[in-house]
Amino acid sequence: MSGNFEPTGAELLRFLPEIVLTLAATFLMVLEPLTDRGAKRALPAIALLGLVVALFSAIMAQAQPGLAFSGMIVVDGFTTFFRVLVIAIGILTILISTNYLRQEGSEGGEYYALLLFSIAGQCIMIAANELIILFIGLEASSIATYIMAGYLRDDKRNNEAALKYFLLGSFATAFLLYGIAWTYGLTGTTNLSRVREVLLSPASPDTFLISIAAGLMFVGFAFKVSAAPFQMWAPDVYQGAPAPVSGFMSAGPKAAAFAVLLRVFLTAFEPVKERWEPLLWWSALATMIIGNFAALRQGNIKRLLAYSSIAHAGYVMVAVTAHSEIGTTAAMFYLAAYALTNLGAFALVTHVARHNERYVEVNDFAGLGQRQPVTAALLTVFLLSLIGVPLTAGFFGKFYIFRAALDSNLVWLTILGLLNSALAAYYYLRIIVVMYMQPPSETEEDDLLPMSAGIQFTAWFTAAAVIVLGVYPSLVLDFAGRSAALLR
Amino acid sequence: MTLLDALIAIPAAGFLITLLLPRDNPGLVRNFTLFVSLVVFLLSLGLIGPVQENPGVMHFETNVPWIDYPAIRYHVGVDGMSLWLIILSTLLTPICILVSWNYIQKRVKEFYAFLLLLLAGVTGVFVALDLFLFYVFWEVSLVPMYFLIGVWGHDRRIYAAVKFFLFTMAGSVLMLGAIIVLYLKGGSFDLPFLLDSMAKGGLVLNPGQQFWMFLAFFVAFAVKVPLFPLHTWLPDAHGEAPTAGSIMLASVLLKLGAYGLVRVCLPLFPRVARENADWIIGLAIIGIIYGALVAMVQPNMKRLVAYSSVSHLGFVVLGIFSFTQIGLDGAVYQMLNHGISTGALFMLVGYLYERRHSLEIADFGGVSSVAPWLSVMFVVTTLASIGLPLLNNFVGEYLVLQGAAQVNFTYAVFAAIGVILSACYMLWLVQRTFYGETPHEVAHHMKDFNAREWATMLPLLALMVWMGVYSQSFIPAITASNSRTLDMTRQSAVASQPQAPGPLARLKEIFHVR
Repeated sequence: MSGNFEPTGAELLRFLPEIVLTLAATFLMVLEPLTDRGAKRALPAIALLGLVVALFSAIMAQAQPGLAFSGMIVVDGFTTFFRVLVIAIGILTILISTNYLRQEGSEGGEYYALLLFSIAGQCIMIAANELIILFIGLEASSIATYIMAGYLRDDKRNNEAALKYFLLGSFATAFLLYGIAWTYGLTGTTNLSRVREVLLSPASPDTFLISIAAGLMFVGFAFKVSAAPFQMWAPDVYQGAPAPVSGFMSAGPKAAAFAVLLRVFLTAFEPVKERWEPLLWWSALATMIIGNFAALRQGNIKRLLAYSSIAHAGYVMVAVTAHSEIGTTAAMFYLAAYALTNLGAFALVTHVARHNERYVEVNDFAGLGQRQPVTAALLTVFLLSLIGVPLTAGFFGKFYIFRAALDSNLVWLTILGLLNSALAAYYYLRIIVVMYMQPPSETEEDDLLPMSAGIQFTAWFTAAAVIVLGVYPSLVLDFAGRSAALLR
Repeated sequence: MTLLDALIAIPAAGFLITLLLPRDNPGLVRNFTLFVSLVVFLLSLGLIGPVQENPGVMHFETNVPWIDYPAIRYHVGVDGMSLWLIILSTLLTPICILVSWNYIQKRVKEFYAFLLLLLAGVTGVFVALDLFLFYVFWEVSLVPMYFLIGVWGHDRRIYAAVKFFLFTMAGSVLMLGAIIVLYLKGGSFDLPFLLDSMAKGGLVLNPGQQFWMFLAFFVAFAVKVPLFPLHTWLPDAHGEAPTAGSIMLASVLLKLGAYGLVRVCLPLFPRVARENADWIIGLAIIGIIYGALVAMVQPNMKRLVAYSSVSHLGFVVLGIFSFTQIGLDGAVYQMLNHGISTGALFMLVGYLYERRHSLEIADFGGVSSVAPWLSVMFVVTTLASIGLPLLNNFVGEYLVLQGAAQVNFTYAVFAAIGVILSACYMLWLVQRTFYGETPHEVAHHMKDFNAREWATMLPLLALMVWMGVYSQSFIPAITASNSRTLDMTRQSAVASQPQAPGPLARLKEIFHVR
C-alpha cells in the first residue's frame, strides 16, 4: 500500500464513470428547483447525456485496466462489462420513464438524479475490490432504489413497495455488513485479494468460521438478487413500484449484485468453495422452483414478471454454483440477455398499463394482437426469449448456463433446471395466449394510445438486440469470455 | 449458397416479407405465399437427381462456422432418407395454403406467414447435421405450430396449443441437456464428426452415460412421434387445429420425431438402442392396437383420424427398432405414406367441416349421394390408409411387418392386428359418413369439389397410387441411406463394446454398485 493519497491520472480515469454519474446527478439536483414546469423536459436529456458520457468513460477506462485508490477499485474486463451493462440499462430506463412520469404528472429532476445515483452506486459495487467500498456502493445503489420504488408518493401501492423494500433491504444489508465484519475479524483485511491470500496461507483461520462469514454475506447478496430463501420482497415490490422502476430493479441492481456475488465468491472466498458450493446449489434450485411455481398462478403481470425474475435469478445462481470461468461467462451473458429482454417487456407493460397503471392484469392484454399488433409482436419476442426459444438471446443464455453446469458436473441441477425452464414456458405462453387467442374484453374503453417515442425506441432496440444476440451471441459472449478471468 | 440453403432461406424470407404485406389485402397474401411455396417445391425437386445418384452419402453440404465459442456450425446436407421427407414438406405447404384459401378469414397474413416459417423450420430439422442446429430448428418449428393451433383452431384450441407446446418442450429440454453432454465429451456438436470419433474410439461413453443420454434423446423424439404413452397431446392438437395445421402436424411434424430416431438416436447410441429395442417395440405395438381401438369409438372424425395416426406411427417405430434393413426401409417409407394419406384424410375431413360446420360423425350420412367425387376421393384415401394393395400404405406396412417377423414373429402377429383394426374403424367411418340416409343439412350444404379442391387432391391421389404401384422410384434412395445407418450401428456396436454386459450389470454400473 502506498502512503501517497494523491490519485494519479490513470486512477482517476479508472474511476471516471462514477465521477461523471455523480456530477451529473448532483447537477440535476441543483437544476431541479431552478427550472419551471415547462423546462423540466430538458432534465431527462441531461441525465441521458450524463449516462452516455459515463458509458464512454467506462469504455475508455478499459484502456487502462488495473487497480486504483490503494487497491480499493479494480478495473478489468469484468468491471467494464457490467459497468457498460448497468449504464445501458439506465439509458433505457430513462427512455421508458419520461412519458410515464409525464402521464402520472410527476415529472421531476429528482427521479433522474436518483436513477443516476443508483447507477453510480452499482458501478462502484461492480468495480469494488474491497468490502467496504462494495458496501458503500451497495448502499448508494439501494437507497436510491428504495426512493425510486416509492417515487409516486401519493400512490398507496408505491408507498407500500418502498417501505417493504426499505425495511427488508436494510435488514439484509445488516447481514452483509456483519459478514464483512466477520471477514475482517478473521482475516484482518477487507481487500478481496488479501482475504484470498490469507485463506490460502498456512495461517488461514478456521474454515467453519470463515464459511459463517461467507454465509452472512451471501444473505445480503441473495436478498439483492432475490434468490431463495430471501426472495419474498420481490413480488410485492415489483407489483407496487412504478412499472419502469420495476423494470429497472429487475435489471440493473440485480446485475450489479450478481457481479459482486461472483467477484466475492470467486476471488475472496474461492479457497473455501467446498463450503459454499452446496449452499449455492440448494439456493439455486429453490430459487428456480419457487419462482416458476409461484409464477404459474399470478394474475397481475408485474407480479408474474417478479416471480419470473426470481426464477431467472435461479438460473444465474446455477452458473455461479458452477464456479468456473465458463460459468462466469455464462452468468455475464445471461444477465445481459435477461436485462435486455426484461426491460423490453417492462417497457411494453408500462405502455399497456396506461395512466395510474390501471391495466396490469394479464387479462388486460386480451386481444392486444388485434388492437396493437406491433406491441403484441414485440412482447411475444420478449416472452419467447424468457421461455428460451432458440434464435433469441434468452435461449443462448440458458444454453451457456447449463453447459457450464454440466461442465462442472452439476448433472442434477442441470436436469432440474431444464425441467424448470420447460415448466416456465406455461406462464409465459399464457400471456401470448391472452394477447392473440382471446378477443379484447368488451367492457374496457379503448384508450390505448400509440407507443410513446421512448418506449417505442426501447422496445424496438431491445427486441432487435434479443434477436441479434439469439443469432450471433458471439457479439457479447466473446467479450464476456475474455473478461471472465477475475483479478485475484 | 447451395440449393439446400435456399430451401430454408426462401420460406424464411417469405415469412418476413409476408409480415410486411398490407393487412387489408388478403388476396395478395394468399397469392404471394402460394407463389413462394410453389417456388420452394419446384426447387426442392432439383434435389432428387443429384441425391439419387449416390443416396448413401450427404449431398449439397454446407459447413460454415456460425458461433465461434462453443464451436457451433451451420452444417446441413441431404441424403436418401431426408430427401423424400423434405419434398413431402415442400409439397404439402402449397397444398395447405390452397386448403386454407377460403377457410381462414381472420388474421390471414399471420396464418400464411406462420405456414412458411413452419416450412423453414421443418426443412431445417431434416437437413441439420449439427446437433445444436438440429435443436434450434426443432424448437423453431414448434412456435408457428403453436400459433396455428392456438389462434385459428376450434373451441378448445388454447388448451390444445399449450399442451402441445409443453409436451414437446419438456421432451426437448432433456435432449438439449444430452446434446450439451455430448459436446462436452466429444468436443463438437457436429453429428458426422461425433459418429466418426465414436467409431475410431476417440469418444467413449460408459454404458450408464449412454443409457441416460439415449433416454433423453429418445423421450424427446417419442413425444413427437408420438409413442404410447406420450401421445396424449396429439388427439387434442389434431382435434383443435385448423385443417392446414392438422395436415402439417400429421404429415410433417410427427415425422420429425421418427426422423430423429433414425438420424440421431440409432447411430449415436447403437448398443443401447439395440438393447432396449424390446420394450420400445412393446410400446409401439401397444400404440398400434390402442390407437386403433380408441379410434374406433371416436364420435369426432378428426380425433378418429388423429388416433389412427398414433396407430400408424407405431408401425414406424416398430420398423425402426426391428434393426433390419427391410424394417427400417419400411419405417421410412411408412413415414412418407402416412404423410400423404393421413394428410389427405385431414384435408378431406376439413372440406367436410367447411360444408357442414361439424366434425361429429353423427351429423353426417349419405354424403355420396350429394357429393360423389368428394366421396370417391375419401374412399380411395381410406383404402390407401388401411393398406390396400396397390396403394401406398400397403408397401410400407408390409415391409415393416416383414422386418418385425424377421426379429420375432410374435411382433408381426400383434402388429398385424392393427392393420385389421384400421380397416374396421376407417370403413365404419366411411359407412356412417358417406352412405345411408342423407340428413337435410347435408343434402343442403354438401357441394362437390371445386377446382381449387381438385388441385389439392390430385397430387396426393397421384402419389398414393404411384407410391403403391411403383415403390421402386422411392425406395432405393431410402435403402442406401438406411443401410449406411445400420452399418454404423453394427460397426460401433462392435468397436465400442467388446463384451456386452447384461441389463443387471448395466444397472450396477449406473448405481455404482460393484
